[in-house]
Amino acid sequence: MSMVLFDVPGPKARVRHKIMAVVGIAAVLAAIVYVVMRFIVTDQFSSRRLDWINYKQIQLSLVDAIGNTLSAFAVGAVLALAFGAIFAAARLSDHAWVRTPAAVIVEVFRAIPLVIMMFFFYYGLPQAGIKLTAFTAVVVSLMLYNGSVLAEVFRAGINSLPKGQSEAAYALGMRKTQVMTFVLLPQALRAMLPTIISQLVVLLKDTALGFLITYEELLRWGTRIGGDAPNFGRPMISVMIVVAAIYIGLCLLLTWLATYLEKRNRRNKKVIHVDADDIPEMASV
Amino acid sequence: MSVLTNNLDLFLRAFGQTLQLFAVSAVLSLVLGTLLAALRVSPVPVFRGIGTGYVTVLRNTPLTLVFVFFVFAYPLLEILKISEYTAALVALSLYTAAFVCEVVRSGINTVPVGQAEASRALGLTFTQMLGNVVLPQALRSVVPPMTSTMIALLKNTTVASGFAVFQAGNIREALADQGDDVLFGLIWVAIGFIILVLPLTYVQQVFEKRWSVAR
Repeated sequence: MSMVLFDVPGPKARVRHKIMAVVGIAAVLAAIVYVVMRFIVTDQFSSRRLDWINYKQIQLSLVDAIGNTLSAFAVGAVLALAFGAIFAAARLSDHAWVRTPAAVIVEVFRAIPLVIMMFFFYYGLPQAGIKLTAFTAVVVSLMLYNGSVLAEVFRAGINSLPKGQSEAAYALGMRKTQVMTFVLLPQALRAMLPTIISQLVVLLKDTALGFLITYEELLRWGTRIGGDAPNFGRPMISVMIVVAAIYIGLCLLLTWLATYLEKRNRRNKKVIHVDADDIPEMASV
Repeated sequence: MSVLTNNLDLFLRAFGQTLQLFAVSAVLSLVLGTLLAALRVSPVPVFRGIGTGYVTVLRNTPLTLVFVFFVFAYPLLEILKISEYTAALVALSLYTAAFVCEVVRSGINTVPVGQAEASRALGLTFTQMLGNVVLPQALRSVVPPMTSTMIALLKNTTVASGFAVFQAGNIREALADQGDDVLFGLIWVAIGFIILVLPLTYVQQVFEKRWSVAR
């Protein structure tokens, strides 16, 4: 940690820090109080606007929406991992005719915005006579984009292993595939697990883009209930707070898993500790 | 090809808007993100908490949700009327700032401890030390990952197409209204983004090689 950027505070510094802490807390509190005041003034939490929680129909549709988000995530994650593994293996191949097309595909899909891909599969392809459901369009786009990123992650993980590992394996008489599956992959996967999981967090967040192509996921559910003016007087604020809490909760759960695995890795002597600087930074945004 | 040549004006206008959105929110998020990173390494625990809280919330929220909040929910609070374009700028900047903050902070962590210690020995205050000694070195080592974040921001501008903000993501709608070829139109949009992103990736690789040995 960079907590060595400053000395242990002396008596004067402690007083100064306390004053700054009070000012900081006051500023944050003021902002929160202001926003809550606006909530109250514009009557966001009136009983009519919170009424949607009481309807069984809406509760069930919320469960459905979460289910849709999670199923897009699960299918997308499995496909993206498979895509990533295949294309990482292809990029590491000894044959240029396998390596080059794989590199081009990975680079191209990393450069195209996910939204454009979803539009392509949902609005573009029907013109060519191929009709995909919104779910398929979401899942295929997630697979292509996150799969390409994961391919780079896998490749970086394998490249970051010490050269001695593969040299020793070859010296023992192993073949290329054996070196990869028995020696390199198990170590690389362990070292890259936290990175892989944080990419899965990105994938989970990206399912919300399905909103743009009318996939009935959590965010779309939120805008539908939240925009309901005749029945509930447009409870957008309260609904969005619930939706945000669910998304943040799901993502934090995954992030927590990543940190847990990272900690366990650090204790485990079998894991080769890859210097974080050796792994090219992935755009996990 | 005819889709592109017949609608060249539309394509140029849309990509111009995309670049404008990108440029403004890039500057805003870089400034805000660096400030947040300074908060996250500051000696005052409360400031660190504020920085961490902001980053945790924004990093775990889908960008689309941030957009929905600023376009659909924020106007209900009747604070200050903002156009959809401004809302998009705010959403993109706030969201990307969280990632910029993490990148800058990881850069600060790569600066050797001796630098901060030497600054203190010379009697520099925390802000002087951060601004004049640590951050300039940190920002150098941070160029490649920062470029990735900026590439992601450029691609993320297309999320605005669901929120009535005209940019490259809306070319599809415009083409569909004219009854033009949507399929090839979208392929051209994708090619446009590849053309915009690839030079950035190249720059990133050059800097990675040139500056990685600087220290």
